[in-house]
Amino acid sequence: MKLSTESLTRSAGTDIIEAHGLVKKYGDVIALNGLDLTVPEGTILGLLGPNGAGKTTAVNILTTLLEPDSGTAIVAGADVAASPGEVRKRIGLSGQYAAVDEHLTGFENLDMIGRLYHLGKKRSMARARELLERFDLADAGDRPAKTYSGGMRRRLDLAGALVAEPPVLFLDEPTAGLDPRSRTELWAMIRDLVKRGSTLLLTTQYMEEADQLADDIVVIDHGREIAHGTADELKTMVGGERIEVSLHSEASMEDAQRVLARFSMDGLYVEGRSVTAPISGGAQTLTEALRALDFEGVKLRDVGLRRPTLDDVFLSLTGHMAEQGSKETSGSEQSETMEEAR
Amino acid sequence: MEKISYAFTDGFTIAKRNVIKIKRVPEILVAVLITPLMFVLLFGYVFGSSIDIPGGSYREFLVGGIFAMTLMFGAHFTGAGLANDMQKGIIDRFRSLPMSRSAVVFGKTASDMIYNVLSLIIMVLAGLIVGWRIHNGIGSALLGFGLLLLFAYAISWIMAYVGLLVPSPEVVNNASFMVIFPLTFIANTFVPAGNLATPLRVFAEWNPVSAVTQAARELFGNIPLGTPEPTVWPLQNPVLYTLVWVVLIIAIFAPLAVRRYTRAAAKT
Repeated sequence: MKLSTESLTRSAGTDIIEAHGLVKKYGDVIALNGLDLTVPEGTILGLLGPNGAGKTTAVNILTTLLEPDSGTAIVAGADVAASPGEVRKRIGLSGQYAAVDEHLTGFENLDMIGRLYHLGKKRSMARARELLERFDLADAGDRPAKTYSGGMRRRLDLAGALVAEPPVLFLDEPTAGLDPRSRTELWAMIRDLVKRGSTLLLTTQYMEEADQLADDIVVIDHGREIAHGTADELKTMVGGERIEVSLHSEASMEDAQRVLARFSMDGLYVEGRSVTAPISGGAQTLTEALRALDFEGVKLRDVGLRRPTLDDVFLSLTGHMAEQGSKETSGSEQSETMEEAR
Repeated sequence: MEKISYAFTDGFTIAKRNVIKIKRVPEILVAVLITPLMFVLLFGYVFGSSIDIPGGSYREFLVGGIFAMTLMFGAHFTGAGLANDMQKGIIDRFRSLPMSRSAVVFGKTASDMIYNVLSLIIMVLAGLIVGWRIHNGIGSALLGFGLLLLFAYAISWIMAYVGLLVPSPEVVNNASFMVIFPLTFIANTFVPAGNLATPLRVFAEWNPVSAVTQAARELFGNIPLGTPEPTVWPLQNPVLYTLVWVVLIIAIFAPLAVRRYTRAAAKT
């Protein structure tokens, strides 16, 4: 299901990640079942899917941690199977678990990574200080990382991926388990990376995160792509915008339905004392509809112009919510974040 | 050429990380120092006072065995440390870096020698307190210490492999007890092997732990007068036999551990 005219024109640039037909099985469990991915230089690809969809397996293959059973992948011009050493020189990985050594200070963590990229003593140390500054960790830089908050650890882990200024970055669920504020902070930092020219593959199970950050989104489930497009394109797939009104009393339900039917593109959806109508024309249509409702004397308790979220997309594509069974995030935290964004 | 020099510099970077950790986690250091101290004092005073051997002091006989046993147990730090790094995803980070593939395990086993050197120093001091003495001169005693440490280093390679194989650090601890306890008890560490029942005696005679203990006792001059000469080759040539085992263990387990490292993926 490809509907990305826009993303096709964009990929006219150089594809810096190119994977074809990736398959990985663990015994009877198929983690990846023929996944293709392309990421043009200087863009963010969001790999979106529920737990166990195969996101981390895909990242592990592209970062040379895991060999696929079949399929090929070229990352930054090097083949992951034939020259994994070259790939490792050109990538940065920030994993799901904030892989920082908690007994080392922030500075020591970054300096160690710099040495292991063979930057040399002087450059490693300078780079460590620079990144601590940039990720707002300068004051905490000489404290052991075990004293850091969850958000600080994530920032340190992300900084670790940037030590050698690799052209390609892999961020595996960079904000899983973070509180909404830390998440927003981290998003700003990730956007900044791409402004500086990095190419980024980001996995997430947060619809909103893909919506906020990714130029292009691949939705996967059971190890294969089930949809591909920009956030807007995916939302269009599950229908456009709609007006949702809820009323103070049953008495004016008939009036409300009669008015909204005039604006509706495709019937009405009535539930209790609320009416939903798919529309086009956005805020302008909403204004006109409100005027008409007011003219008929319909009293409203709540009104809104709703656009489908990627949650809706996911639900309609897979038949189940993305967040099911996640240990890292409580449902309430997720809905809070979604609420904020609206 | 570049590859070999990276193996050294990267190994050094990893070792430095572990040394920082030794400084930052005093709990480990306390365990490293207190356990050997307790072993020497408890075994020395409890067993040492109640068992008599003709022609010598049981305590002096015992100390060499305690050195060997304690240093072997020390090897589990290597395994537990690697299992912990694996669990936390730190190994994944290392594996995504363009660093030498053998550096993590080499750096880890090398830096964990510090634990063994420290615990050996503590045990020597405790040994002197309970009445153990060196009778063959300091030079040959140093050879004895060197041999014990070398043997412990080889064992730490086994534990490195185990640490990368199992799902959590706790499993390393259990595994090391299951293997190291029988190995150190079915040997001449606490009692002369000659008194054991035949199957156990044969095992004890060929057990490398017996050989390293025998070698240490000979080099310290702790073999009681009138002890019958060993009748089996390993105990007649304990230094050589120990060295053969050291080479064998490292030759088998170093490649295994490095290979395991390159294949390992974090357990989720």
